[in-house]
Amino acid sequence: MNLRNALPVGLALVVFVGAWKLVTIVSGFQPFILPPPEDVAVRFVEAWTEGIMAPHAAATLREVVIGFAVGAGLAVAVGYLLARSRLAERVLSPYLVAAQATPILALAPLIALWFPDGLTGKIVICALIVFFPVAVATMVGIRSVDAGLLELGRSLRATHRQIFTTLEIPAALPSILGGMRVGVTLAVVGAIVSEWAGAEQGLGWLVILARGSLFDTPLMFATLVTIAMLGVALYFLVVLVERRLVGAR
Amino acid sequence: MTLATSAATRPRGVEARGGKVAVRDIVVSFARPDGGRLTALDGLDLDVAPGEVVALIGPNGSGKSTLLRVVAGLLRPDRGSVALDGRPVTEPDAGIGLVFQEPRLLPWRSVAANVAYPLEIAGWPSERRAERVTELLGLVGLEGAAALRPRELSGGMRQRAAIARALALEPSVLLLDEPFSALDALTRERFNVELLALWSRTGTTILVVTHSIPEAVFLADRVVVLSPRPGRVLAQIQVPIPRPRSLDTLDEAAVSATARQIRGHLGQGTDQ
Repeated sequence: MNLRNALPVGLALVVFVGAWKLVTIVSGFQPFILPPPEDVAVRFVEAWTEGIMAPHAAATLREVVIGFAVGAGLAVAVGYLLARSRLAERVLSPYLVAAQATPILALAPLIALWFPDGLTGKIVICALIVFFPVAVATMVGIRSVDAGLLELGRSLRATHRQIFTTLEIPAALPSILGGMRVGVTLAVVGAIVSEWAGAEQGLGWLVILARGSLFDTPLMFATLVTIAMLGVALYFLVVLVERRLVGAR
Repeated sequence: MTLATSAATRPRGVEARGGKVAVRDIVVSFARPDGGRLTALDGLDLDVAPGEVVALIGPNGSGKSTLLRVVAGLLRPDRGSVALDGRPVTEPDAGIGLVFQEPRLLPWRSVAANVAYPLEIAGWPSERRAERVTELLGLVGLEGAAALRPRELSGGMRQRAAIARALALEPSVLLLDEPFSALDALTRERFNVELLALWSRTGTTILVVTHSIPEAVFLADRVVVLSPRPGRVLAQIQVPIPRPRSLDTLDEAAVSATARQIRGHLGQGTDQ
């Protein structure tokens, strides 16, 4: 990013922090309800330098990455099936939509009960929340592959496998990656929710700990900032992959 | 005979390797939304000699494109058969190259990678592929555009790339479905000249669908006129213009006489 691009981004950050500061002054909220940005900044730096944040961030990141990989991987396979088989779509889609419509917050405690070992349940919750947007994006992407290109493939006697790898996947890639952009931010939400349902570590667990027994509101905000940064970083990682793979079209 | 004409006008040293196409009694019908069936082609016969250039002309809905897709093995007829050099064609055949109305390039691949696509599908090793692609790009004058993406090309260059791709596997028959209809009139004339040049170098049998009578006359040894739906062969007209043909040496009298003849057969049913 060059200076010309960085300037508006930096300005927006200044405006955001300024507005935050203004609210803390005008509202008169106690620091334990809404801490001013400088308290949060100090706590954020402390938490990272003292090694409080890093292990929790690492735990959450692990859940997010594995959960996303499992969820997105399954979603691409199922999305392809839905796009190519009317029967599969008719039979499966009510369940997919129902699963999506059920709040993950309600499901998380149940899933935590079913998988008491810690990591598995969290991966399941992450994967579940990632699944729907990626599956739908894959289905739409595969369906919208130009029929003319598929006919070209057929005229060249391409096998099903060749059509899949050389036509369908590359053509649907922008759509699939669009779904993954949404999915990766949801994976962070999934990881936090899964930690609320029961955990001994992770950023979600740290939020609860900071708010509850520690009563350290600046630490809670610092954790929220870390979670947000994690989400933003992962989002832009997907965008970067997208640019590498489909940017030059 | 057409065969003799094309062989005689081909430059010395270029071997005739055109395929022979025999279409027998083809019937194709499609399901209509109301449950009935629409007959697109009704008992059509057509023979194309090795190295011959045949233009298919007919009103909209006369099944020209349908016929091309049957010959390409992309569409199975209800009845009848297609043979290439005596072999029945029931599915896409390596001996047949196809140029669609639109270029149908893969937008995520460079021009070179697009031209290499059929070779890749056919499992050619990469060095041989690269060699052949260079040759093909030279053939259609796209040497400088190898690394460009389709969106960076003009419409004409895209169609050149599509033609190079169709020639990749050295087909003995080249099928073209209104290949230049999206191009402006001047570019289109130039492309017709280039297509003939390509034909004289490769010796491929060509079956080209067109809407344009002048184009048909300029390109073809023989013009086949199809009837309105259901498509049947109305007339076959030999084009008595010697080769090599160029735009400025065309015998105007022969052209207009042939064109008049074609127009007579087409009657009122066309938009030309």
